[in-house]
Amino acid sequence: MIINKLSCCNEKSLIALTSGERLCKNHFIEYFENKVFKTIRQFELVEKEENLGIALSGGKDSLTVLHILNKLSRQNPKIKLNAIAIDEGIEGYRDKTLKTADEFCQKNQINLHIFSYKEEFGLTLDEMLKILDVKPCTICGIFRRYLLNKKSREMKLTKLATGHNLDDECQSILMNQLKNTIQASARLGPKVGLVHHERFVQRIKPLYLCTEKEVTTYAYVNGLLDDFNECPNAVHSFRAKVRDMMNEMEQKFPGTKYSIASSFLQILPLLKQQFRDGIIKICKQCQEPSANDICNACTYLERLKNKIIYQE
Amino acid sequence: MNKINVNIFIDRENKHVKLELERNSPVSVLLNKLCINPVTVIVSRNNELILEDESLNNNDNIKILSVISGG
Repeated sequence: MIINKLSCCNEKSLIALTSGERLCKNHFIEYFENKVFKTIRQFELVEKEENLGIALSGGKDSLTVLHILNKLSRQNPKIKLNAIAIDEGIEGYRDKTLKTADEFCQKNQINLHIFSYKEEFGLTLDEMLKILDVKPCTICGIFRRYLLNKKSREMKLTKLATGHNLDDECQSILMNQLKNTIQASARLGPKVGLVHHERFVQRIKPLYLCTEKEVTTYAYVNGLLDDFNECPNAVHSFRAKVRDMMNEMEQKFPGTKYSIASSFLQILPLLKQQFRDGIIKICKQCQEPSANDICNACTYLERLKNKIIYQE
Repeated sequence: MNKINVNIFIDRENKHVKLELERNSPVSVLLNKLCINPVTVIVSRNNELILEDESLNNNDNIKILSVISGG
């Protein structure tokens, strides 16, 4: 066992923080939970009374958020929890993660609501990708966000917590820079959204300042880490390239991710100011909030329908 | 004996690997040999997480777990 002046105590260290400090299991759990609770307080993510939704995929990030919010809810009975899972229909991947999600919710007596692409849109993601020549993550993200917002509103949830961590946020910030879509960055941050709108359920990110490695370590020591791998579609994405680039930077210059998010948080109010005038319209087909007359989900559904008719 | 043998399981690739290393090699050397960025993984020995500067022993069973999100 290695004990040096940077170790927290005499117990065996299991993680070295960016600062160099080395923490044992118990001190790490305390450090991680304090960081999440501090994020919740600092950005006012959760009020004293909430009917919270948690977007649960069954992966380590969303299970970690649910695990910690469940602790918060037990201390504050006025904070109610509802887990929502989306079954996109990704064979060999989502079926496994949904099983984990279901087992966790049953064990912790949390209501789990599952909505599927097949039932809501008539096709699974796998089927959609056989019909349309589009990037999987683009179309999947559009339909998932659409369903999460619609179902959260119908369930009268006050907010929807997601498992987005520091790595996810930094990737999005960089991707928007690289693609010159800076207006999309105005919708980032620990509290998502530009303006309040009655048809939007606000999304919150309690793991905003936790690195992916910290989340995985927390999930591991709390038995939340399953043995499934990354989504089979994720390797094709632009995000995966940005992620690898950022991890290389983090290795060479520890603290890079935190610096990206920190500097971004300083300019976020200006971005929100700059782009606040983007009018939220109501989709003419489905009446869901949209940037255009027809929302992205309806646009893709239309394309799918046309392609199916053409193929027949 | 200046060499040790280590059994490794890489979860992301669902692959088992055996490596011969210099005695007292730390985890960081192992990751370097496998071209794995330490930022992207956590490493366990006998189901206990270990740090990058910990020395490996002969016949250690090591698991390399990816921290990459599932999406």
